[in-house]
Amino acid sequence: MSNTHTCPTCDEEITLPEGTVVAELITCDECETMLEVVAGTDGLTLTEAPEIEEDWGE
Amino acid sequence: MRIGLFHSTIRAEEKLLIKSANELGVEVKLYDIRKLNLDPESFKIDFDVALERSVSTTKGRHLVRFLERLNVPVLNSSDVANICEDKFLTAMVLHQAGVRQPRFAMVFEEQQAKEVINSWGGYPVVMKPTIGSWGRLISKINDEDALEAILDHKLTLGSPEQKAFFIQEFIEKPGRDIRAFVIGGRVIAAIYRDSSHWITNTARGGQASNCPITDELQVICQRSSQAVGGGILAMDLFESAQGLMINEINHTMEFRNSEQPTGVSISSEIINYCIESQNVKN
Repeated sequence: MSNTHTCPTCDEEITLPEGTVVAELITCDECETMLEVVAGTDGLTLTEAPEIEEDWGE
Repeated sequence: MRIGLFHSTIRAEEKLLIKSANELGVEVKLYDIRKLNLDPESFKIDFDVALERSVSTTKGRHLVRFLERLNVPVLNSSDVANICEDKFLTAMVLHQAGVRQPRFAMVFEEQQAKEVINSWGGYPVVMKPTIGSWGRLISKINDEDALEAILDHKLTLGSPEQKAFFIQEFIEKPGRDIRAFVIGGRVIAAIYRDSSHWITNTARGGQASNCPITDELQVICQRSSQAVGGGILAMDLFESAQGLMINEINHTMEFRNSEQPTGVSISSEIINYCIESQNVKN
């Protein structure tokens, strides 16, 4: 399975590092969009990460 | 020993926790809270202790309450989370315990806001939501005009929570504050957060550097930890003219920028605490 993907925002090619897990956050180097790794039918894919919600905290 | 790590998105902190657990030979089972069915009849418990790492306070709160009622040990407990997620309640608990902190008040009307600020000697003051973090929606109010504008905006937003005004004395600080990482009542590491802005969160650009753990820091953090119920905490402190004071306490802390300057593996300390908490119970 290829670990090279395309940024859903800017189409930049993104290579996922070894050990990447589902739900991990990745930042696109090109457009700086925060992306989330999700499980697709054919392996991992990338989607835009959820927006910060009012109750998000540390 | 198996740790159930309950997450939403996996941030740098969760990656560090997974790595440290692997190095310590501890099995970690990942649970994406967003994908769970919290159905008590069908939920399978396949771990010894749960570590709650939700980014969302609401999702984390529901999860922890659910697990505790299934008799699953959770860090942090709902008792700790209930206090720490609410800044007014945290301040009251610290007040009850006699911990030094900025003066504060909760008011519900503009006139009461003006009265309490005048009784403290005037402006500036800080107004903040009782729930929330990363320094979001925190306002430094420099005069009465600004107060009226902020309150007008809050009232226009309409939600009941916006109509509760948590006001805090503004503390002059030396271009930095302190974040202490407190696990089981002990400060394991601390950083200075330097910023030219009055909000010093590293998520907002504050620069982290190592802060020595003094006796004064250890004592105030220990007392504060005891007051809120212990567990895994991050405490924000001001260096005031009267000495250290607690500003806020966080119960699901971020620490990605703090391991390198302190040289302390905060993630390993958290995993070890999960193990110890179970050993103490058994």
